Amino acid sequence: MSKDQVRVVVTGLGATTPLGGDASSTWSALLAGQSGIRTLTEDWVDTVPVHFAGVAAVDPGEVLPRPEARRLDRAEQFALIASRQAWQDAGAPEVDSTRLGVVVGSGIGGIGTILSAYDTYRTKGWNRLSPFTVPMLMPNGAAGWISIDLGAKAGAHSPVSACATGAESIAYGIDMIRAGRADVVVAGGTEAAIHPLNVASFAAMRAMSTRNDEPQRASRPFDKGRDGFVLGEGSGIVVLESEEFARARGARIYAVAAGYGYTSDGHHISAPDPSGEGGRRAMALALTDAGLSAADVLHVNAHATSTPVGDEIEAAAIKAAIGSHPLVTATKSMTGHLLGGAGGIESVFTILALRDRTVPATVNLDDPADGLEVDIVRTEPRALPDGQIAAINNSFGFGGHNVAVAFTTV
Amino acid sequence: MAVTEQEILDGLGKIVNEITGIPAAEVTPEKSFVDDLDIDSLSMVEIAVAAQDEFGVEIPDDQLKHLKTVKDVLNFIQA
Repeated sequence: MSKDQVRVVVTGLGATTPLGGDASSTWSALLAGQSGIRTLTEDWVDTVPVHFAGVAAVDPGEVLPRPEARRLDRAEQFALIASRQAWQDAGAPEVDSTRLGVVVGSGIGGIGTILSAYDTYRTKGWNRLSPFTVPMLMPNGAAGWISIDLGAKAGAHSPVSACATGAESIAYGIDMIRAGRADVVVAGGTEAAIHPLNVASFAAMRAMSTRNDEPQRASRPFDKGRDGFVLGEGSGIVVLESEEFARARGARIYAVAAGYGYTSDGHHISAPDPSGEGGRRAMALALTDAGLSAADVLHVNAHATSTPVGDEIEAAAIKAAIGSHPLVTATKSMTGHLLGGAGGIESVFTILALRDRTVPATVNLDDPADGLEVDIVRTEPRALPDGQIAAINNSFGFGGHNVAVAFTTV
Repeated sequence: MAVTEQEILDGLGKIVNEITGIPAAEVTPEKSFVDDLDIDSLSMVEIAVAAQDEFGVEIPDDQLKHLKTVKDVLNFIQA
């Protein structure tokens, strides 16, 4: 870390995922190697080639009061639930409202609202649309609602970088604090895209697993038999604070949000650069920004989505940027791929791995792909050593966005 | 068959409760949506949209702005 930079720490975690309705139940399920993927029963399922997904374990309609839920798109509902959990987990900090920021993005935004509103418009006419249609479909809606909920007035931002969105949001949150714009920032990502059009569109890219007879075996990052990603939904949110502010209020500190690296591939709209150079540079920049050496990084939560093209490229990039020593895991093997929510939940997992000094295993990795020169945790969780250690969460997105966020123990 | 005023009031109470969380029992004819029930203009649009579906009447925007009280809505639907 540059010595003149403000240190940013993580004091609260929130999540709602296919494995659990909060961060702790999700984390327990991950350590137990459980899968959050299930067969879909919706009537549209036979119209698409993929019949399963990682549906949220707890429906947001069970958590939010009906008058509130009906005004929010499902992606906004997930984000509001996760942000409230994170805020309570941080001890509901007393902070000047003009020093409290929000950075929460989504890869796709309120796609469910757009599609259902279009059906309403076509079948019933414009005057049957909810007056909340626009705030429900806009991708910045979650950040807006969270800022209202918390009375946050330092700025509400919504990075959009496909599957890198959640990580980019957390990195932007670190920047808000370093720049002196805020003392506390609620940051993360959200997504709710389990809809036939999205499934059909990703299937049209031949990006999704079609292992319909074994849905819980379908998400298999780094495995030779992988055939695509598995769509998931939910949100992961962290509370970031300047260390000075957190210490002054006696907050419990999970980890230091030590730095980040952003790069873009400038190569292809959806396929990663085969050289892995963009991901490698993002990790290298995160190390520099965080003032870490490669030897400090003992764990990487890989982006690894289980698509045929990406996982080996990322493994090579991890080896090039950090080495073969970190314990690498791909938690999408259990949660599926939350798209814009992925970087949020996977940052939560990276932070909890540092707290518990335990790395969850990658499930379904029965037959590792050839040429993987990194240490991927399989079968059972593995322990991280005592002492000051660091971990990195990688998130990459269509468009060629690469984000690596570095966390360290306190 | 014409619906009674009580049936409309019950239906309206359910709609207001669904949209705002205000208990249906508080939706009584003399109440003003803005002053008594603290319902904002976007929520009024939601209530109007739901009432149009529930009672099968069109509520044009130039009429909606005149519907200040629950009684105004009852009268409009019955008219």
